[in-house]
Amino acid sequence: MGQSLSIRQLEAWYGTNQTLKGINMEIAANQVTAIIGPSGCGKSTFVRCINRMHETLPGSKVKGEIILNGESIYGQDPVSLRKTVGMVFQKPNPFPSMTIFENVVAGVKLNGMRNKQNLQAIAEKSLRMAALWDEVKDRLNYSGMSLSGGQQQRLCIARALAVEPSVLLMDEPASALDPIATMRIEELVGQLKSEYTIVIVTHNMQQAARIADTTAFFLNGELVEHGPTSEIFTNPRDKRTEDYITGRFG
Amino acid sequence: MINVRRNFVNKLMLGIFAAATFLALVPLFALLGYVIKNGITSLNLDFFIKLPAVMGMTGGGMANAIEGTLILIAIASIIGIPIGILVAIYLTEYDRYSWLSTTVRFTTDVLTGIPSIIIGIVVSMAIVSKTKHFSAFAGGVALAVIMIPLVIRSTEEMLKLVPHAIREAGYALGISQRRIILNIVLPTAAKGIITGAMLAVARVSGETAPLLFTALGNQYWTHSLFKDPIASLPVQIYTYATSPYDEWHRQAWAGSLVLIAIILCLNLIARFAFRSRSN
Amino acid sequence: MRQTLNEGQQVLTTLLKEMGEEVTRILQGSMKALYSLDRTQAEYWISEDQKVNDYERQVDDECVLLIATQQPVAKDLRKIISAMKISTDLERIADLAIDIAKIVRRIEGPLCKPLVDIPRMAEEALKMMRQGLEAYSREDMVLAQNLAELDDAVDHLYNQVVRDLVIIMTQEPNNLDQGMHLTFVARYLERIADHATNIGENVIYIATAERKDLNY
Repeated sequence: MGQSLSIRQLEAWYGTNQTLKGINMEIAANQVTAIIGPSGCGKSTFVRCINRMHETLPGSKVKGEIILNGESIYGQDPVSLRKTVGMVFQKPNPFPSMTIFENVVAGVKLNGMRNKQNLQAIAEKSLRMAALWDEVKDRLNYSGMSLSGGQQQRLCIARALAVEPSVLLMDEPASALDPIATMRIEELVGQLKSEYTIVIVTHNMQQAARIADTTAFFLNGELVEHGPTSEIFTNPRDKRTEDYITGRFG
Repeated sequence: MINVRRNFVNKLMLGIFAAATFLALVPLFALLGYVIKNGITSLNLDFFIKLPAVMGMTGGGMANAIEGTLILIAIASIIGIPIGILVAIYLTEYDRYSWLSTTVRFTTDVLTGIPSIIIGIVVSMAIVSKTKHFSAFAGGVALAVIMIPLVIRSTEEMLKLVPHAIREAGYALGISQRRIILNIVLPTAAKGIITGAMLAVARVSGETAPLLFTALGNQYWTHSLFKDPIASLPVQIYTYATSPYDEWHRQAWAGSLVLIAIILCLNLIARFAFRSRSN
Repeated sequence: MRQTLNEGQQVLTTLLKEMGEEVTRILQGSMKALYSLDRTQAEYWISEDQKVNDYERQVDDECVLLIATQQPVAKDLRKIISAMKISTDLERIADLAIDIAKIVRRIEGPLCKPLVDIPRMAEEALKMMRQGLEAYSREDMVLAQNLAELDDAVDHLYNQVVRDLVIIMTQEPNNLDQGMHLTFVARYLERIADHATNIGENVIYIATAERKDLNY
């Protein structure tokens, strides 16, 4: 099941550059929350704070609090936190040295699971959830790189699902894909939200409109507006949101 | 009008580049041709299985030098490759930007440029004068010292070629850094790392100078890696080529041919054996 | 996402169907009030207008939401645009039905002649409206095209009613007031039939992207 997130007064720096300036936001469980905003508004940094990937960059700093299921993520070991908070990246990034099967189970296998039957079951379940099973079931031993871009991205989603997270972060997961592959990823997101809390960063606001339950608009490291997608796109409260979604800037 | 001029200049430049390329190839083929022409006539089975003949006698071979070269390469590889790879992993995965890694990187570059004879002298001082023996071990260490910076640099480049996104994907799955390096980054870069190591091996297998003060050379089989001097093709070639005997000169040519063949083989293995698997 | 768009279109079809049923109820009620000259009934149906207006607003909101969030194109877009127009036609039909109920307020009874053609017109117009909605939900071109013929029949009846009423009015000046009111009722029913053909035109637009005039 998905878990809810509560972000309190979150600030982040990259070097001397402050990329997040005090974000307060509630992310509901089992919903798709889209983060939109112009380049450099801090939307990627924001999701990378949620699984503590931001801290891995040299020169980065974080202040504030993120509560996951009632517990502060900063009190947890980042490596085990990332098993609860999965992430899918902008460019499909399957492990090049591994087969499709090995890619999917990489997370559980490298964390110690050795039982062949369990791994097999996990691989099938994850690939089915990522709507990829039927396309790859006959070539699980092919390299992950042999798939098309859209399939690679779904492979990466399956790989993230295999470790059974409760939150799935997606950083522009369809921006490197063609329209049909994009549509499949969007459909997948809609199906996955019954099991996961999904936070998706997108610079394509139509995509946010199509798939998100709530949408948050970021600008210059601040959260300008967060509300139901239907309201954000028909009657935004803030002038800046309206200017952005209508294409007057950004 | 302008077109004619431009076409002329274009052809002229093309000609110059082609000529330069041709000139660069001339020494390579001349050298190979000369060595083959002089060496092939003295090559026979004896050369590979017999010890050198006593001074003034005809016949004999370089079996001990061939074996010695292989032993020295093995010792150098066993010491040099793991150290080089481990250092490269440290530099790329753990500590890319600190003063320590910058220093190591700079030192590595300097070490690559130091003449190999100096390395030979230093290793000789450090090992030979302490153990009171010229030895295969000392020779291997000297070659390893030459190899290490080469392996570090090539491995580092290969590890840097592994996209950061791959490591991030690993982190995002909650995999520990140790596992990411061992099971994801290294396998991804494996072909390049091995190729780099093979090229480093090829590079040192022709070294003569560092062996003069460490392995010395030997007309007989070597029985101890730590106490006996050991023969090697480059040193044997050097010894024979500077001698006054025609018979030895011929043997030196044959030795050169074998040495070149070994190096060529290592190069070819490095380039092709690991490339074919990449797709 | 295709699925959301499909669901949205399903919602629109359902809303229009319900709205059509509501409009049918009002028109039938208003006509009954006219036949019996029952003013209480007439007032009741006048007050029912709000329900139809609510439906129209709901359809509009759903269309705006779908356009804003799903970026429909081609047939999807035509279907949504047409839903908005159809809801406007239905709302107008309801307004005309209410106008008929309002006429009941003003007619001083009893009726100067038994109503024959006007009830037939009302039935035809109602049938056309339902056929239009049926054509929309089934995307049935034949049903939509057929509305043109039905409209001709209504127009024909309208001319007949007007002619009869003119005769009655010229024969007996006392009937002038009632005759004028009934002429308006006929006129309203003829307009309702026109709105029904508009629904058919929208169905043809959805299917072919062509604007066809069924009301010639």
